[in-house]
Amino acid sequence: MSSSTVNVGAATVVRRKRLTVKPTMILGIGIVATALLMAIFPSLFATHDPNKFDYGAILQAPSAAHWFGTDNFGRDVFSRVVHGARTDLQIALFTTLFPFIFGTLIGALTGYFGRWLDAIFGRIVDVVMVFPFLILVIAIVAMLGPGLKNMFIAVSIVGWVYYARLVRGETIVQKRSDYVSAAKVMGYSPTRVVFRHIFPNAVTPAVVYWMTDMSLGILLGASLGYLGLGAQPPTAEWGVMVADGKNFMTTAPWISTFPGLVLTAVGVGFSLVGDGLADILRPK
Amino acid sequence: MNRWAYLLARILQMIPTLVVIMILVFALVRLLPGNPAVAILGDRVTDEAVARVNQELGLDKPLPMQFWIFFNRVIRGDLGESINLKMAVTRLIGDRLPITLFLTAYAGLLAAVMAIPMAVLSALKRGTWIDNLIRAVFQIGLSLPVFYVSLQLLTVFGAQLRWFPVGGIGPTPASNFYFLFLPALSLGFYMAAILMRSLRASILEVLTSDYVSFARAKGIRPRLVLTRHVLRNAMISTVTLFGLSIGQLMGGAVITETVFAIPGVGRLMVDAIFGRDYAVVQGLTLAFAVVIMVIFLLTDLAYTVLDPRTKVA
Repeated sequence: MSSSTVNVGAATVVRRKRLTVKPTMILGIGIVATALLMAIFPSLFATHDPNKFDYGAILQAPSAAHWFGTDNFGRDVFSRVVHGARTDLQIALFTTLFPFIFGTLIGALTGYFGRWLDAIFGRIVDVVMVFPFLILVIAIVAMLGPGLKNMFIAVSIVGWVYYARLVRGETIVQKRSDYVSAAKVMGYSPTRVVFRHIFPNAVTPAVVYWMTDMSLGILLGASLGYLGLGAQPPTAEWGVMVADGKNFMTTAPWISTFPGLVLTAVGVGFSLVGDGLADILRPK
Repeated sequence: MNRWAYLLARILQMIPTLVVIMILVFALVRLLPGNPAVAILGDRVTDEAVARVNQELGLDKPLPMQFWIFFNRVIRGDLGESINLKMAVTRLIGDRLPITLFLTAYAGLLAAVMAIPMAVLSALKRGTWIDNLIRAVFQIGLSLPVFYVSLQLLTVFGAQLRWFPVGGIGPTPASNFYFLFLPALSLGFYMAAILMRSLRASILEVLTSDYVSFARAKGIRPRLVLTRHVLRNAMISTVTLFGLSIGQLMGGAVITETVFAIPGVGRLMVDAIFGRDYAVVQGLTLAFAVVIMVIFLLTDLAYTVLDPRTKVA
């Protein structure tokens, strides 16, 4: 951490440099906050019922009445994009929550206790890393059946290994530090040392990765939605919406284009927040 | 230990991982509700057929025994038969894998062509608007879904401008550089974004190192310092990342092949899932893992060639 020295009379006070938040992080927070608002209060933004068919207004180009145009059922694309925020943010949360909790726990335990525990989980982690993430997830979804719930299960089965690897490495580093030796000398139990002392310090990279992972989770969820393995129509989900419009790309490109743009923007938002957090939390 | 011994050791190390992979793939079909034989054969099957498959796969025997039977079949190259395509899964994979490998390699090539010059420019012009612009474009590239880029490229350059075909593969292998350009580009852009970030960071790190200052002080021309000293060293970490991301690239091929109707293993996987062709899903999952393991091995070897410090004495 950089610091500046200020002379106050005879005493020298070391003052921490003020934390500066990068403008890109503020942009990221803005994007994510907007998406969150849309997810929680869609009716504040939506101009129409997202699932209502209107055969009098099909395939209309963007206009004052329909900002993002309408699809082949006359549904308002803008309102569907707004309601899609709820599904896609839910995907961001549920594809990462279990992997984060389970992965960090396993990482801390294997890093601290090592031996057979480390050997077993190390092998599993190696194997999972060999598979392309997407292939393994869709293979599991294929067996369980398409749908959001099964997608969450599939991603959870696979996704924890990345967190486990991060936290394991960090725990091994922390284990050798003085404060841990001190805690051991005090006679604290191993569980207490791991969870009260090491864990809060070792979890930082995993928290940073969590943000990036949410952006990856949204991308993955939308990709599975596009392939027909994730959220099922008529649910408003951005990937499904891009797929819905794919046969109208030359005649009504707005059906696919707008959900895709919003999807990309929210992905950028999460990764900017992740990068910003990394700068703040990781001392250079 | 020379390089050959190292290679042999690395190959031997792959064996236990391969066994665990086979256990995983074996377990995959057991996730299916109901009798795996019925799942493998489809819903409309006769009792005799089920009995025959039960016998073949040893489904009436305990699990370890079932795995042993599965293991022996896989070793002999028997991955079962596709119920929809009425073909041996091994042959199907043999027919289609080259297309996916070509697409992946092509995408990797395009990614390198996009990422390397941009990373060099971005690092040399650090902090300027050029640097910021390049980083912004690649930042967006990281969040652009592959299916979305594919669909947009297909519409604009395929359907509207008619510069490229709207799907499928070419009649000859060489013509695929043209036929698969758009799919490779959409797949490669994502990878370029990952590579650019890493390479830029490595170049910045190498630029401040002692040996670069020394090379400059010796009066070596700046261009030579850049290519011979900076790039070569900065590439080392990027080559590893490149090898690791090839796996993700192959995963992405599932999506690109679906959008562009390319008859590779990725599309085969999606078709197999919707056709409930579980022997194919199982066989492909295994094939993907094996291909990736080989790529990891090659990456390792490339690493030892590039970085003299890792040369085993």
